[in-house]
Amino acid sequence: MSAPATAESVVQSVDWLAVAPPTLTAVAALAVLVADLFLPGPRKALLGWISVAALAAGLLALLPLLDGDRSTFCLTTDPGVCSYVADRFTLVVQLVVLGGALLAALLSMTALKDEARRLPAGEYWFLLLGSAAGAALLPASRDLATLIVALEVASLPAFALVGLRHGDRRSSEAALKFFLSSVTATAVSLLGVSFVYAVTGSMHLTVVAEEIQRVDGQFSALARAGVVLTLVGFAFKTAAVPFHFWVPDTYAGAPLPVAAYLSVTGKAVGFTGLILVTVLAFPSYAPVWGPVMAVLAALTMTVGNVGALRQRPGRDRSAVRLLAWSSVGQAGYLLVPVAAAAYGDDAARAIGSTLAYALMYAAVNLGAFTVVALVDRSRPAGRVEDHRGLYASRPVAALLLAFFLLSLAGLPPGIVGLFAKVTVFASAVEAGMGWLAVVMAVNVVIALVYYLRWTALLFRAAPEGAPAARRATAPLTAALVVTGLLAVVLSGAPQLILRFTGVTLF
Amino acid sequence: MIDVNESVMRALLAFVVVIPLLGAAAALLPAPPGLRGRSPEQAVLRHGVTVTAAVLLAALALAAGFDHHRPQTMQATTDISWIPALDVRIHLGVDGISLPLLVLTALLTFLCALHAYANPPAGGSPKAFVALLLVLETGTLASFAVLDLLLFFLAFETVLIPMYFLIARWGGAGRAQAAWKFILFTLLGSVVMLLGLLLIGIEAGTFDMVALATGDGRPLTVTVQVVAVLAIGIGLAVKTPMWPLHSWLPDAHTAAPTVGSVLLAGVLLKMGTYGFVRILLPAAPEGFEVFAPYLAAFAVVGIVYGSLACLALARKGARGDLKRLIAYSSVGHMGFVLLGIATMTPTGVNGALFANVAHGLITGLLFFLVGALKDRTGTTDLDALSAQGLQATGAALYGRAPRLGGLLAFAAVASLGLPGLAGFWGEMLALFGAFDPAAGLSRPAYLVFMAVGAFGTLLTAAYLLVVVRRVCMGAPPRDTDGVPLLADVRGHEFAAWTPLVVLTVLAGLWPKALLGLTDPAVQQLFAGGTR
Repeated sequence: MSAPATAESVVQSVDWLAVAPPTLTAVAALAVLVADLFLPGPRKALLGWISVAALAAGLLALLPLLDGDRSTFCLTTDPGVCSYVADRFTLVVQLVVLGGALLAALLSMTALKDEARRLPAGEYWFLLLGSAAGAALLPASRDLATLIVALEVASLPAFALVGLRHGDRRSSEAALKFFLSSVTATAVSLLGVSFVYAVTGSMHLTVVAEEIQRVDGQFSALARAGVVLTLVGFAFKTAAVPFHFWVPDTYAGAPLPVAAYLSVTGKAVGFTGLILVTVLAFPSYAPVWGPVMAVLAALTMTVGNVGALRQRPGRDRSAVRLLAWSSVGQAGYLLVPVAAAAYGDDAARAIGSTLAYALMYAAVNLGAFTVVALVDRSRPAGRVEDHRGLYASRPVAALLLAFFLLSLAGLPPGIVGLFAKVTVFASAVEAGMGWLAVVMAVNVVIALVYYLRWTALLFRAAPEGAPAARRATAPLTAALVVTGLLAVVLSGAPQLILRFTGVTLF
Repeated sequence: MIDVNESVMRALLAFVVVIPLLGAAAALLPAPPGLRGRSPEQAVLRHGVTVTAAVLLAALALAAGFDHHRPQTMQATTDISWIPALDVRIHLGVDGISLPLLVLTALLTFLCALHAYANPPAGGSPKAFVALLLVLETGTLASFAVLDLLLFFLAFETVLIPMYFLIARWGGAGRAQAAWKFILFTLLGSVVMLLGLLLIGIEAGTFDMVALATGDGRPLTVTVQVVAVLAIGIGLAVKTPMWPLHSWLPDAHTAAPTVGSVLLAGVLLKMGTYGFVRILLPAAPEGFEVFAPYLAAFAVVGIVYGSLACLALARKGARGDLKRLIAYSSVGHMGFVLLGIATMTPTGVNGALFANVAHGLITGLLFFLVGALKDRTGTTDLDALSAQGLQATGAALYGRAPRLGGLLAFAAVASLGLPGLAGFWGEMLALFGAFDPAAGLSRPAYLVFMAVGAFGTLLTAAYLLVVVRRVCMGAPPRDTDGVPLLADVRGHEFAAWTPLVVLTVLAGLWPKALLGLTDPAVQQLFAGGTR
């Protein structure tokens, strides 16, 4: 920082290839916003195709980065300290985030067509892409400021997305709930960051990790408070208990594709932040955050699963509500390896389990949302009960939904879900956290009840007078094919995602 | 016996495990032209019979090609890496311990498919029924053929969903609740088992059962072994089921359709006891030694408890359900199996394996017979049945349907362990093993267990004879009494039951056929694992 301000040392060379995935998305967001002004009403569907293409391009931009770690925005004085790193971890999370956004975009195209009066297309696509850009930036950020900025870029458009539906009180109420609680959490998180900056004098995660071990004795309480407060903001995004209460109402109030987007991308943002902060910035404080994470994980999965269990299938929007609660439960499983990273010798391996689980969860959960969206078109009440007899009217969709739900439950034939759970269990057992493994075992049983109840409903006899199924649109079919193929292929070859438990991530 | 190329054997074993799964997928597709049969229902049920018959033939070929001179060696082994990240390998193989169970499973499933073909199941589409039956077959066959802990867990879990739907869709009264009870109990057990399996795998550095048995992995400390045995043991004990974790079984059996009951008793329960012998005994012997006396104690309590429950159900006026009674008798019979394993002696374990197979044959037959009885009389309630005879003296099956009555009496007598039939040897060897348990186990305690177990055989005889008296004997009603005449054993039933009857007699008269297979393998197990 104190280097003489010559042009050489101030102007950084930027590795544009490395930053391409979030940049492409962000540029596309602006392009869509501008294009919206010039496109007449009937042509607005074009915006959707542009957005889908942009997200697909963002995903393709990950390919050239596979050859090795790249970093950019480094300190001119110390090239080893960078703000943006595209390593294996970053790429995997960007894959989850952009892939999740892409599938959500496919769902949105149909939703926008069906609700053209109430959802403004231009704003919708701008907000979705903007949020996805922030979410894609987050895993690459390696300093606390970028991290918080990315977190906000990812969340602020999400608030608007939730409340975007014109004249829907439930939607606006959900947005307000989401907004107020999220902003509070971010404020707390910022406070924590400022404490950490105060005691270490740096924002860069790697520097913080070193400096925080040499904190003066009188500041150690401040440092510890900083660590815990920083985590709160990210725990909120993961919807970890007790920061979960916004989830069911928000999901149920938001347009369905937005709920799907939040359940995957929003979750990925949260746990990525948690991992970066805990494992990269505060490894020496593992005794502080380890137990916190373990308790958070146990509470989150239990509360989420019990909440899902209590959903009455006949209530309006109960399908999305159930998926919302189940996503809270799944977030608990995602946190188990993070907690295990505090205790085990091999943090990277544990984090790899979280990544593998997240990949599985993203594919399968979005698949479930796709089928729900499909059913929603002919039966807009969105009740679980509306899925009764789905096998009779749409056999393929019903079989796939059964497959997705059983994968979420972790039972064969959902083999990918089973092995994803096995890695999470293995990380807990390896770290010697038997109690957490037992809590998780009980949770797996609780979760089976509601997943299987729903699955069984699909194959019952259809009720009398059910409205005829509407034809699936091309984007919905595409989303169903992609998620279905992913789930089936991964069930045959779980190694494709489980290999992240064995590679160097950072 | 017959010299068969090793790669053919390998293909046969893979065929046995994979074909039912492919068959299940095929069952969901529309039948191709030329195989449409009389109706889609008939075509798909016939498809089920064809696939299970092919699997049975392959299993028999495997048994024929199996080198009976060295049953202690793993044969037909395949070992391919599947998920390197978790160190999961597709490691298949059979030895003298798993081969009989494999053939038994293939046989019972085939007989079930045959039964379903002749009596199309009421309640749902036959398509789904056949698909589920075949998935169930894959899961059960795989659990006896795999040699990897995590694959074993996968196979163990595979049977849950099909069995749940078989009970919940095609079952009788109270099926929804029974199906839930079944799946939640067993899932909780198997997830706890997974923790134990992971603990063993992580500590030993390998999930391979053969490597663990031969001590190729890192040695496990006693603490690890104790914790692992506790976790895995609970999972297996729920499945077996061991008293007091058995309460899901009577409900599941009572509600399940005939096919479900036969497979549940004949095959699924064996997966639990097989796990004890295949995983716990060789991989964690020191941990197992700690729990062996408790296991034996629970086992004999189960024997007495099951018998007393059966006696109570068989009483006049108790409105006991015959299926429920056989379910409780299974708790008792599996108690003998557990007692045999808990002695940690070759004699006891051989007895356990023998009793396993015998119970599969006899109880499978019993459930078939009771299913047939229910089809004819419409009830399995003992009181209602015996009220059908003149002055409520008994159902008088001997008089009304002599062959059915004779078979039922035969199965009951086989079940109570009459010498000369299959039920005898296993229980005798288990008790004999308890007479002289492994060094390090308290002999006086085991003598007590043996005495209690022997007393249990008396109780078993008592309730089965009561059942025979109340169902088979009695004065037949006169035609004018309005009690329907019963059809005697039909052709397809004869075809389905004969193999079980023949094998029950064969195993009783020529136990060496089975013991010759298991004994060398068991000896090897205690001497350092199957190689």
